[in-house]
Amino acid sequence: MSMNTQGRPTGIGTLGTSASGSALLPDEPLLFEIGDTEHSGVDLPEVDLATDRLGGFGRKSKLDLAGLTEPEAMRHYVRLSRLNHSIDSGMYPLGSCTMKHNPRLNEKMARLPGFSDIHPLQPVSTVQGALELMNELSHWLLTLTNTAAVALSPKAGAHGELLGMMAIKAAQEAKGEAHRTIVLVPESAHGTNPATAAFLGYTVTPVPARADGTVDVEAVKAALSPDVAAIMLTNPNTCGLFEPQVIEIAKAVHDAGAFFYCDGANFNAIMGVVRPGDLGIDAMHINLHKTFSTPHGGGGPGAGPVVLSAALAPFAPVPFIKGVQDRFELIEHIEANALGRVTAFHGQMGMYVRALTYMLSHGADGLAQAAQDAVLNANYIKSRLEHAFSVPFPDYPTMHEALFDDSFLKDSGVSTLDFAKAMIDEGFHPMTMYFPLVVHGAMLVEPTESESKQTLDRFCDVMLELAKDARDGNSARFTSAPTKAPRRRLDETRAARQPILKWERPVDLPKAAE
Amino acid sequence: MRYLPHSAAERAEMLGVIGATDIDALFSAVPKSALRGFDLDLPAHSPEFLVERHMRALAAKNHAAGDGPFFVGAGAYRHHVPATVDHLIQRSEWLTAYTPYQPEISQGTLQMLFEFQTQVAKITGMDVANASLYDGSTATAEAVLMARRITKKNKVVLSGGLHPHYRDVVKAYLKDDPDLVCLSPSPEGQGDILSQVDNKTAAIVIQTPDFYGHLRDLKGAAEAAHAQGALLIVVITEVISLGLLEAPGALGADIVVAEGQSIGNALNFGGPYLGLMATRKEFIRQMPGRLCGETVDAEGNRGFVLTLSTREQHIRREKATSNICTNSGLCALAFSIHMALLGEAGFVRLARLNHAGAIKLADALTAVAGVEVLNDTFFNELTIRVSEPAAPLVERLARRGILAGVPASRLLPGDPGVENLLILAATELTTDLDIEALTTALAEELA
Repeated sequence: MSMNTQGRPTGIGTLGTSASGSALLPDEPLLFEIGDTEHSGVDLPEVDLATDRLGGFGRKSKLDLAGLTEPEAMRHYVRLSRLNHSIDSGMYPLGSCTMKHNPRLNEKMARLPGFSDIHPLQPVSTVQGALELMNELSHWLLTLTNTAAVALSPKAGAHGELLGMMAIKAAQEAKGEAHRTIVLVPESAHGTNPATAAFLGYTVTPVPARADGTVDVEAVKAALSPDVAAIMLTNPNTCGLFEPQVIEIAKAVHDAGAFFYCDGANFNAIMGVVRPGDLGIDAMHINLHKTFSTPHGGGGPGAGPVVLSAALAPFAPVPFIKGVQDRFELIEHIEANALGRVTAFHGQMGMYVRALTYMLSHGADGLAQAAQDAVLNANYIKSRLEHAFSVPFPDYPTMHEALFDDSFLKDSGVSTLDFAKAMIDEGFHPMTMYFPLVVHGAMLVEPTESESKQTLDRFCDVMLELAKDARDGNSARFTSAPTKAPRRRLDETRAARQPILKWERPVDLPKAAE
Repeated sequence: MRYLPHSAAERAEMLGVIGATDIDALFSAVPKSALRGFDLDLPAHSPEFLVERHMRALAAKNHAAGDGPFFVGAGAYRHHVPATVDHLIQRSEWLTAYTPYQPEISQGTLQMLFEFQTQVAKITGMDVANASLYDGSTATAEAVLMARRITKKNKVVLSGGLHPHYRDVVKAYLKDDPDLVCLSPSPEGQGDILSQVDNKTAAIVIQTPDFYGHLRDLKGAAEAAHAQGALLIVVITEVISLGLLEAPGALGADIVVAEGQSIGNALNFGGPYLGLMATRKEFIRQMPGRLCGETVDAEGNRGFVLTLSTREQHIRREKATSNICTNSGLCALAFSIHMALLGEAGFVRLARLNHAGAIKLADALTAVAGVEVLNDTFFNELTIRVSEPAAPLVERLARRGILAGVPASRLLPGDPGVENLLILAATELTTDLDIEALTTALAEELA
């Protein structure tokens, strides 16, 4: 490989650690292997700092931070991007993650300077439009859920969950019932639920699921006691099922003096069709990225507003917005507020703009139709695949996601993981695997409402063909997969046993690269 | 409804395959009383041009920072973001990807996170960084909990120079904890934090530059903390300061957390932002959030995966280090691209420009009658005491088109010592004309 005079690799495939890639399947070096400390892609004037005001705290050491010129940076990040699957490049049926179409109007609106170029602490009189937008978003969330209050500020679903449970804890303490130290969590819950409860010092008591995959009100009643603070229930649940006894469960929980936290990660299945407030929930977070199409950017940001019942409304955190005659006030402090503040500023404004844009585009009618189409698509996939795949909980129609287990792979020599990797070679992102934990070898497929019937049919055809091939004993196709991805199967055990979490400069970089 | 692909005929055909009479049959588990028995007081769907008109009307009611002289900071800063950054993060493969659960087809995101972790480790002078948290304030709360896990001790002392909102977030996370000591905020100092360190102390938390803009001695604090077996947590709300100030890691910090918004990310009225966290190698397994690690694939090629997930909620559930299950991936990407464009040379120049702007601002303010500059040291932000309450003054200046900074009373309401204090930031975007407009207007208002 060739190096320029500064020892900078000029081409792809540096250091001999990788294959060289091809024009359309690049093998991109690390930016530290392309750049150096002298190059920069930003023109900034040099200033005279003959007298600084740093009080002797100035930096003495070098950073060793690589820089790229603008054309180099453009290529580096464009080439890296081509190593990613995304919802814009193909179907992404990750159950419980809800990868739906991300409209570009949302992006365009979020970049209006009137939204993106305003500071959280500039005078409230200069951000009336932003407060109006947050107020309008709140109105949509309250109306769709039929609840009393909403706290917009949480940064993500799990953050909202934390806030919701903090509100419950504060409410129990205000009632003089701080002795309630137990939280009930069904076994099928998201891992964040028990983690959140434990984070707040609660003891987690699991509630077993029935054979049909739903929670039995009798099991909840048996677990309830004067020491229980709350139940955390996901509805629709992580098996893709609507909890048929949810109203009875809510009543039992309330009768026992406890609160009902609903994990709203799957609200997209019922928005505009069922109002969670009508079911008796006390608190529920809503993942704006899952439900209202704000893009997740390779792992975030999210946004997790929490709706609260009348009983919990007094325990909402700051800040919140208050309409006073013809203007909006921002309440940033309350004397003796039970909860205080869960993030420095007002939450994920950039996500509020995107979510409201999506809501207005769909309208109340469109949101209901989207939920119905998401459910229709999941049931269509279930119906087309159920004779070849095994459905652990067939008693109810599924909601927005279809759950299969791996018993159809029994004695085939093909694991769930192998099957998932073979889907990559067929052009699909794999479904969610091994979750929920209550099902052996779970495969959770969520098509969302944005897939067309043609795409669903192609997906089902591929899945059926793969299932047949696995049963016919062609295990090599699976165990060697993926063969058409930028990388073959990656060694995750090695990564965990010998963690390499940052790039270290080789002792003799130029030499090693010759 | 332009986002929904099915025709009515296709829906009917699909229901036929399922064997359902109508869509409500698929919602049969929903109690009848709860299914669609309501009217929603919400508008119906709208064409794109009408939605855009509505949103533009809302945006137009705000005074954007770029509309005039702007000096607002206190934890969020307005900087120039190169056009390349926003262009690149809008590429579909970055914007519309999910968490990289399938590493073979997510190498772009994973390699970027590995590069991001390296950049954060380098600027903070620490061994390792995670793949980002929600923002600087929640990262601070997580760092406090992490220090307790590491030391198995409970007492935590927050400096009086810590951003009041950060202090409030830590208080919310540690509700009613008697072992949390919050020193009083003061523009004169950070409180006598070192005398608070004893052998029950898990960590002391020091922000530098602090809320009022003063630079703080980390080396002495690290020595005092370590002498008692406590950790030093360093909080940075203006990450560009690290281009000019000695790295906390080189001064003995154990955990460094920062708000990363300044690099690559717009103000966005408070979010989404980017929480940075870096620490020493031996604490990796107590660090919350995602980590990306290098490995090889089945053919021996270098590749990247999410790793050490046994710390995380989806495996350890109630024993997890944190309930966090997402990061700020896209904001981390913007940070990483901007940082790559800057490189060492650009990062240092940017920091110098910020400091130079603040020196000009400080000197110009010193010359205004009725204004006293309180800082001997600062990076790009400083505090002044004016001869009348700052909040109404800021309001009057806003009416003149100048966003003059943050009255300390906004973050510390009811604190009698701060009524006349105003915190102002200058960045590379602050021009001489902006400073002149501010000082002229201030002189007139205070006359």
